[in-house]
Amino acid sequence: MSFPWAKEYQPQNGLTKFLDEKLPLPRFVYNAVGAGYPVPRNLSYFWNFGVLAGFFLMLQIVTGVVLAMHYAANTQVAFASVEHIMRDVNWGWLMRYAHANGASFFFMVVYIHIFRGLFYASYKPPREMIWLLGVTIFLLMMATAFMGYVLPWGQMSFWGAQVITGLFEAIPLVGPPLKTWLLGGFAPDNAALNRFFSLHFLLPFVILGCVILHIWALHIPGSSNPTGVEVKGESDTLPFHPYYTAKDGFGLGVALIAFMTFVFFLPNMLGHPDNYIEANPLSTPAHIVPEWYFYPFYAILRAFTFDFILPAKLWGVLAMFASILVWFFLPWLDKSPVRSGHYRPLFRKFFWFGLIPVMAVLFVCGGAPAEEPYVMISQLATAYYFLHFLVILPIISSIERPDPLPFSITEAVLNSDKKAVLGENAEPAV
Amino acid sequence: MIRLVGILIGLGFTFVVLLAFVTGAYTAATEETTESATYVFHEEAHSPESGFSFDGPFGKWNLTQLQRGYQVYKEVCAACHSLNYVAIRDLQQLGYSEAQVKAEAATLQVPGINPDTGEEEMRQALPTDYFPSPYPNAVAASAANGGKIPPDLSLITKARHDGSNYVYSLLSGYQPMPAELNQQFPDFEVPVGGYYNPYFESLVIGMAPPLAADGQVTYADGTEASISQMSADVAAFLTWTAEPKLIERKSTGWPVLGFLLFATILAWLAKKQIWASAKPRNASGRED
Repeated sequence: MSFPWAKEYQPQNGLTKFLDEKLPLPRFVYNAVGAGYPVPRNLSYFWNFGVLAGFFLMLQIVTGVVLAMHYAANTQVAFASVEHIMRDVNWGWLMRYAHANGASFFFMVVYIHIFRGLFYASYKPPREMIWLLGVTIFLLMMATAFMGYVLPWGQMSFWGAQVITGLFEAIPLVGPPLKTWLLGGFAPDNAALNRFFSLHFLLPFVILGCVILHIWALHIPGSSNPTGVEVKGESDTLPFHPYYTAKDGFGLGVALIAFMTFVFFLPNMLGHPDNYIEANPLSTPAHIVPEWYFYPFYAILRAFTFDFILPAKLWGVLAMFASILVWFFLPWLDKSPVRSGHYRPLFRKFFWFGLIPVMAVLFVCGGAPAEEPYVMISQLATAYYFLHFLVILPIISSIERPDPLPFSITEAVLNSDKKAVLGENAEPAV
Repeated sequence: MIRLVGILIGLGFTFVVLLAFVTGAYTAATEETTESATYVFHEEAHSPESGFSFDGPFGKWNLTQLQRGYQVYKEVCAACHSLNYVAIRDLQQLGYSEAQVKAEAATLQVPGINPDTGEEEMRQALPTDYFPSPYPNAVAASAANGGKIPPDLSLITKARHDGSNYVYSLLSGYQPMPAELNQQFPDFEVPVGGYYNPYFESLVIGMAPPLAADGQVTYADGTEASISQMSADVAAFLTWTAEPKLIERKSTGWPVLGFLLFATILAWLAKKQIWASAKPRNASGRED
């Protein structure tokens, strides 16, 4: 499945020879993230974010398992058990803040990872399956994060659960019984809290399974790269280890510095003060907002305020789910033969001046109260969002005239580094 | 085919959301917008003049201030507000000795059970007990306060935006309703049993000014007990109750960041050295 020039694993001593014969785990690791995996030599720092996402998934699992040892999923004591973790459990505050901010950072790096994929069209053949698994992972992350946010049983936990499960009510006919079935009651209560805890513990391992499939699928065609030109020969690649392990190590260091700054100095900045008030079904917070990483999709949900044939709420729910599901179809919507946005002048303009600012606008509107002008702005932004993926992208992929592509990755690297390399070696690439 | 269906779905969602935009814009253009007094006259919380000792990445507790704040809580706030998540033993973190904490616990009464008869009764608190609530239950708390339960104060500075400054500003911010407010919003009035406070979200708070006069508390350390001083002290105390590990957290952060910075520089140097050997080779695959 790898390139023919991939280095082969050579067991060095008795133990690794024994293992290689009985259970070739070292060989597996060597071929996955070791010298046995040839990677395009021109990956930019945007290619660090896959490894970072994997790191934050593991961090969430480790801190989450520790927190679960002290947390009690019962509406009577859940809030107090979180305070017990914060006050009485040794290093409990660190575990909890690392877990809460870890979720934020997990989403942050995954968003960059996804938008890197969008710009470089990493979803195109032969990598469709990697993309499909990635979108699945993102959906699982959203479900996991939502249920995790309910567990502290604060005001936003409760009312967030109320709003999100209330979305299912918008489905005609089966909606109301479906909501009751999901919650195990008519409103979020002990039954809901218990099942959310159970699922919040389960889903990360489902995510881990999907991540393994995601990486497996990645190793069949190999990594994409900023030129979008496929690997043509050995000179286009470098072994993952030591080149990309070193580069990822540095990237991880930078990410950890940012992360620890939040954990130790701004641990509540990304949260909402209302979640330090215990859940109270009789008192509705002035503004119910989800966690920041859901803002764009929350803005899309609230943008539909007009009953056109279907009730506005149902339109909002359909649009919110569609806004993510549309990613599944990107490999078939974008038919341009060129992958990288660097060589697609029209696509690039719509990406940087259309999609990215619109996502930023949706982000701001999603966190703002449901008032004018935010609603009107989010309506225009939502319109663009759907036009971008479903109309503009298919059309520009047919009418656009891409810039000339480099012959190979090596050529692209040499051209961008002429002074440093060509000047010294005076042997141009063919 | 997929693209055709996609374009139709995309245009469909766009049409519906633009329809919503048009109706929304029409309503916004035709409806008179009325400014509300809470928007115009609400004031953002501000810090005490000298700030708080625990602010900033190098903040430290001021233990004497925390002790004064505890005194204000005990003599004023505790009449109505509980402190559910704080144990009496925690007071040792404020610089009190074990004996002092024991003596302090002995002044408090908590619900207990008579070991001989099994009947419910009040007993002397122990340091391991949590601070007792001023009311036996939520209904009693609500009934005694015009239908609203006085919020528990353990987490109040984390449960409000900019909490430490908010508590300080609210407590020291009671004032008569400004005349301009009445001119601008003739309908706005402070109902009976309400008090004007620009730092409270709705401008009208049900809590009577708890710190009404200078010298209301006689500080053990001789500090002059102005309203502003008492407000700042109790705000500091409530910052501690909300997050007793605040300073431990900040002071742990520095060595962690220092180590990470060092490790990241090493990682960068290692990366540079490793990549120095990765000069591109030409297409024939031969090393340059």
